[in-house]
Amino acid sequence: MRCMVLVKASKDSEAGVLPSTELLTNMGKFNEELVKAGVMLAGEGLQPSSKGKRIAFTGSKPTITDGPFSETKELVAGFWLWQVRSMEEAVEWLKRSPFGPGAEVEIRQIFEAEDFGAQMTPEIKEREERLRNQINEKK
Amino acid sequence: MSATDPHHATHRTIEAVWRIESPRLIAGLTRLVRDIARAEDLAQDALVAALEQWPQSGIPDNPGAWLMTTAKHRAIDHLRRNTRLETKLAELAPEIAEKEQAVPDYVTAIDDNVGDDLLRLVFISCHPILSLEAQLALTLRMLGGLTTDEIARAFLVPEPTIAQRIVRAKRTLTESRVPFEVPRGPELGARLSSVLKVIYLLFNEGYSATAGEDWLRPTLCEEALRLGRILANLVPNEPEVHGLVALMEIQASRSKARTTPTGEPILLLDQNRAHWDQLLIHRGLAALQHAEQLSDNQHRNPGSYTLQAAIAACHARAVTPEATDWSRIATLYETLTRRTPSPIIELNRAVAISMAQGPQAGLDIVDTLTNEPSLKNYHLLPSVRGDLLTKLNRHNEARLEFTRAATLTRNTRERDLLLQRAKDCDQPLPTE
Repeated sequence: MRCMVLVKASKDSEAGVLPSTELLTNMGKFNEELVKAGVMLAGEGLQPSSKGKRIAFTGSKPTITDGPFSETKELVAGFWLWQVRSMEEAVEWLKRSPFGPGAEVEIRQIFEAEDFGAQMTPEIKEREERLRNQINEKK
Repeated sequence: MSATDPHHATHRTIEAVWRIESPRLIAGLTRLVRDIARAEDLAQDALVAALEQWPQSGIPDNPGAWLMTTAKHRAIDHLRRNTRLETKLAELAPEIAEKEQAVPDYVTAIDDNVGDDLLRLVFISCHPILSLEAQLALTLRMLGGLTTDEIARAFLVPEPTIAQRIVRAKRTLTESRVPFEVPRGPELGARLSSVLKVIYLLFNEGYSATAGEDWLRPTLCEEALRLGRILANLVPNEPEVHGLVALMEIQASRSKARTTPTGEPILLLDQNRAHWDQLLIHRGLAALQHAEQLSDNQHRNPGSYTLQAAIAACHARAVTPEATDWSRIATLYETLTRRTPSPIIELNRAVAISMAQGPQAGLDIVDTLTNEPSLKNYHLLPSVRGDLLTKLNRHNEARLEFTRAATLTRNTRERDLLLQRAKDCDQPLPTE
């Protein structure tokens, strides 16, 4: 399974304050470990929301609002895309990350082809049963 | 048992920790005790201890280190017991006293060169002394941290079969005293290609399964990709490792587009390219570029995985099927067939030539293969021939070929597709 790891914005990240050299170094080491374990597929940091835009589809025409946006805790400051075996594994990896107190990170599972499987399984079963019946009839 | 049950949650966490840590754990322990079977037992002992203690004590802050320390202590106990035995036998010979002192050095030694140990574990799990089946099972067990039950489900065989396969493989390695080392010099190339072969086989084992089969089969693809990515970091200067990773990434990028919602296969040219995973394509193309650059720098010809990845990349780069660079694909197949002559590659070249130069040119190549003994029961030969004959409006001959292909394939969905094509030959649509 794959998951997206969303790093929430903070006052600092929104103010455009760059992380300390120490955090950057530790984050570099952590990323290296993720890559070596075949876990990290992608990851980027995002610029503050003051440089962002929001497009709302409400009426007949989309409304565009310029950043910054006020609800800091709901904003995303960076993301990773990870390949893991379970949600628990993602949590375990995050426990090894260098984030300090105050940081908040959210893990969300990505839809994969097999996640749609539950819906199509009865159909496949029915199909195969029909086929099997046809074969039996011909015997 | 619900997901919120704390006991169950702890178990799932332990499972996750085990999967992250077990390869390093087993690798480090194998270096310490020089016996992969013994090392795995020690690692398992540590896991059992975790399962007993963590639900009560809570999960330690650094669970990986906890497992490592526990296993190390057991390993040292084991070494000390042996040493004490030797001490008695040797009547306090001075070299034994040295050994006693040497024990703590093992403890620090285990943390050094984790990467080297992992690489040694890769090479020992894929050792040519073992059968290919045993190599596959051992690799999943030692490097993927999968349980025998999970491996059994992935290969659709009973669990005791896999358990036995792994026990025998470990015994063979112990009895033959296979050294725990990274091969050097000319041996490295040969051993590395057998490692790559194991990884690619795992990938294909998962990739060839169609939807609706056991849920664990996509896991094989994921495990193979993950192993490939890990290996690319362990031997970063080997172009073929990056070539294999590129090939797997690009193939995996199509997994959502390969079957209909009901599980019928969709041929490459009929796939909805909007469903191809652009991230995996991007990663695959980057790995391919890296592989080609390394080959260039080392004045080596691109290897077979790199060439196959380059072919896959031609498809990945084409926004529409019509945009495919078929003449480049045909050239790549030609290089590939010169490197490793194979009638199957030749058949693929025929398809590429037919796309670049027309069906007759392709058929001319296919007709040189019809007496090839190794393709006698290969369903794709009559299937390709049928396809080319259809395009040449030779529908009666085409029907015979599709019918023959249908009797040769073991995949029921593919058989349905071929029988449909045979039927279509009776009322042919006008071709361009």
